[in-house]
Amino acid sequence: MPNTPKYFDEMNGTGSGPRLPYEAYCKWFAGENNARLLEKSEEAEALFRLIGVTFNVYGDPDATERLIPFDLVPRIIAAREWALLSKGIEQRVRALNAFLHDIYHRQEIVRAGRMPAEMIARNEAFLPQMIGVSPPGDVYTHIVGTDLVRTGDDEFFVLEDNARTPSGVSYMLENRETMLHMFPELFSKVKVRSVGQYPRSLRRSLSACAPDACEGRPRLAVLTPGIHNSAYYEHAFLADQMSAELVEGHDLRVVDGRVAMRTTQGYKAIDVLYRRVDDEYLDPMNFNPDSMLGVPGIMDVYRAGGITIANAPGTGIADDKAIYSYMPDIVEFYTGEKAILKNVPTHRCSDPQALKYVLDNLSELVVKEVHGSGGYGMLVGPAASKKEIEAFRAKLTAKPDNYIAQPTLALSTVPILTEAGLAPRHVDLRPFALMSPERVDITPGGLTRVALTEGSLIVNSSQGGGTKDTWVLED
Amino acid sequence: MRLRVEHKTHYTYNEPVPYALQQVRLRPKSRPGQTIVDWDIEVRGGQVEVAFEDEHANSVDLVSFTPGETEIEIICRGTVDVDDHNGVVGPQGGYVPLWLFQRSTDLTKIGPQLEALIASAEQEGTPLDVLHGLSAHILAAVPYSTDQSAADLTAEDVLSAGHGVCQDHAHVFITCARALGFPARYVSGYLMMDDRIDQDATHAWAEAHVPELGWVGFDISNGISPDARYIRVATGLDYRGAAPISGLRFGKAGEAMSVALQVQQQ
Repeated sequence: MPNTPKYFDEMNGTGSGPRLPYEAYCKWFAGENNARLLEKSEEAEALFRLIGVTFNVYGDPDATERLIPFDLVPRIIAAREWALLSKGIEQRVRALNAFLHDIYHRQEIVRAGRMPAEMIARNEAFLPQMIGVSPPGDVYTHIVGTDLVRTGDDEFFVLEDNARTPSGVSYMLENRETMLHMFPELFSKVKVRSVGQYPRSLRRSLSACAPDACEGRPRLAVLTPGIHNSAYYEHAFLADQMSAELVEGHDLRVVDGRVAMRTTQGYKAIDVLYRRVDDEYLDPMNFNPDSMLGVPGIMDVYRAGGITIANAPGTGIADDKAIYSYMPDIVEFYTGEKAILKNVPTHRCSDPQALKYVLDNLSELVVKEVHGSGGYGMLVGPAASKKEIEAFRAKLTAKPDNYIAQPTLALSTVPILTEAGLAPRHVDLRPFALMSPERVDITPGGLTRVALTEGSLIVNSSQGGGTKDTWVLED
Repeated sequence: MRLRVEHKTHYTYNEPVPYALQQVRLRPKSRPGQTIVDWDIEVRGGQVEVAFEDEHANSVDLVSFTPGETEIEIICRGTVDVDDHNGVVGPQGGYVPLWLFQRSTDLTKIGPQLEALIASAEQEGTPLDVLHGLSAHILAAVPYSTDQSAADLTAEDVLSAGHGVCQDHAHVFITCARALGFPARYVSGYLMMDDRIDQDATHAWAEAHVPELGWVGFDISNGISPDARYIRVATGLDYRGAAPISGLRFGKAGEAMSVALQVQQQ
């Protein structure tokens, strides 16, 4: 098994035999034949095509529907490692929720001098319409997908806190389904914690956030922009899995003080709307007036306490990468504890001194847009050509406020299956946390994204990344 | 002073409207210097779906049209006691941070003509001197006229037009005040004109936030600060945030609107 010594390999560690969490798997793997596994790999792909797990790539007219490649070597996390991660994620999710409440109320963190007002004032995701609004149960971040990377045996960093509308949970579930289907015997040899309860947990968690106006069992709906959205499959999948209605904006309207869905038996009020439509398009009366994707007046019904919107409008402010750089302060300010999970040291290019450092070290840094996502518009210094670096330098100099920079992390690797056997590739991890008034519920595992190109550090599916099943071992 | 208001806004459509909503910001609130004795909103041809407070603590009613209607009328009737506070409204309450009132909006974006106007205004003296001077300077540059009624002019467009109504004056003032470093906001409300009971329209003015005093009102069109004849109804960053009625409707029906407004002393 090849290994690049520069990076921490999660299967092989320093190289003298597999690390403990992988022992049982590697024993099983040693008895397998590479050709058979490659066949299985094709079978898995056919399975995904059959179910229809596809995604769209923005800006690629030739590939409206693509399959995210699936690698059948699982990513394995020990119970002890998971205990630390899940504790750290819960702490972060609670802090984020408290932060969101605060910035839409008294802004104590600004009054206390722990965050400059400009961080909020200049943030395009800050929604004035949310000022003074307390969502049902005071939950803003119903669903959070925390992006983690690993650099060593005990070294994890949070790369991003996705509190807006994290996607990818359907891959977590489908990847496991596929593995169970193809290698049932493997799961009797290795005790893996299940992820299949996620849709039920999601339903329970969202139901616990139903508004006061709700009578009886909460009615849930998933609001999708429609079939042309890159994550439409996931919207339909989740609605189906948690017995919620799948709706588009034009299916809903304001009826008797509630947001209601047209049915064959007349209009039925929706209690909790899991929306996969961005804030800007959510309500043409209150946000972008040209939006056809949203529901006119939903923000008014929301402010009157007639519906729960998950995640709450305006949570995107927490996804801002400049806000991210304050996360250690945010965790400390609202929980009174030191952050369990580390932040990647982040240079805010809005600061002239930081900008100078970044410009002087572009070839070694990763530079990202403050509001960017999906791996678009970023520079990975060590992987970029001179020309790319110079082009980026011009963009950065023109609008420094728009960027942050981070050191290029030595992302851990997990092997993927290739024709030549196992080969290490860089991975990240997005576990999914559900927040309700009573608890934070984190599904053991998550979505492992893997850069399929040798040496590449960009794991985003839109940039050619694949996925793996993620195993959290039982104690 | 006790003021009695009756305000009817009547919309007619040339074909039935399948679905429409209106956000109505027509509920004045009791506050220092302004006491609501009674206030009612009646909707004909529609119903109030929900009522809530927006971020500026305006009381908002969301009204839906009765499907298939060709007419809808919103009638406000009320009695309000008002004291003269020389235009001083007082400190900023609630959660909205003052910096929000320094944000420009589509209607209050700075442009070259506005910059020239600011440069030519007197900027010596106390903040109040500067703001009163600005108000007078704007009225001189953009005299009051109801000649043209293009709604939703930007502040820069108003200067191009060369004259304006109260809404336009307020937008120009807000834009300039913000450029001078004052948080500023738009106010929609009622004014009892001394010589008449029937008023042409609802009124609009501006408020700027001045150190020590807090919010101070400036009625640019009338060259004064609001007194006991003014009822403050709603505030926002510009007209769109404080508009008495703003709506959204489906279908292609053409709309005609008429307003009947009486404000009188009781």
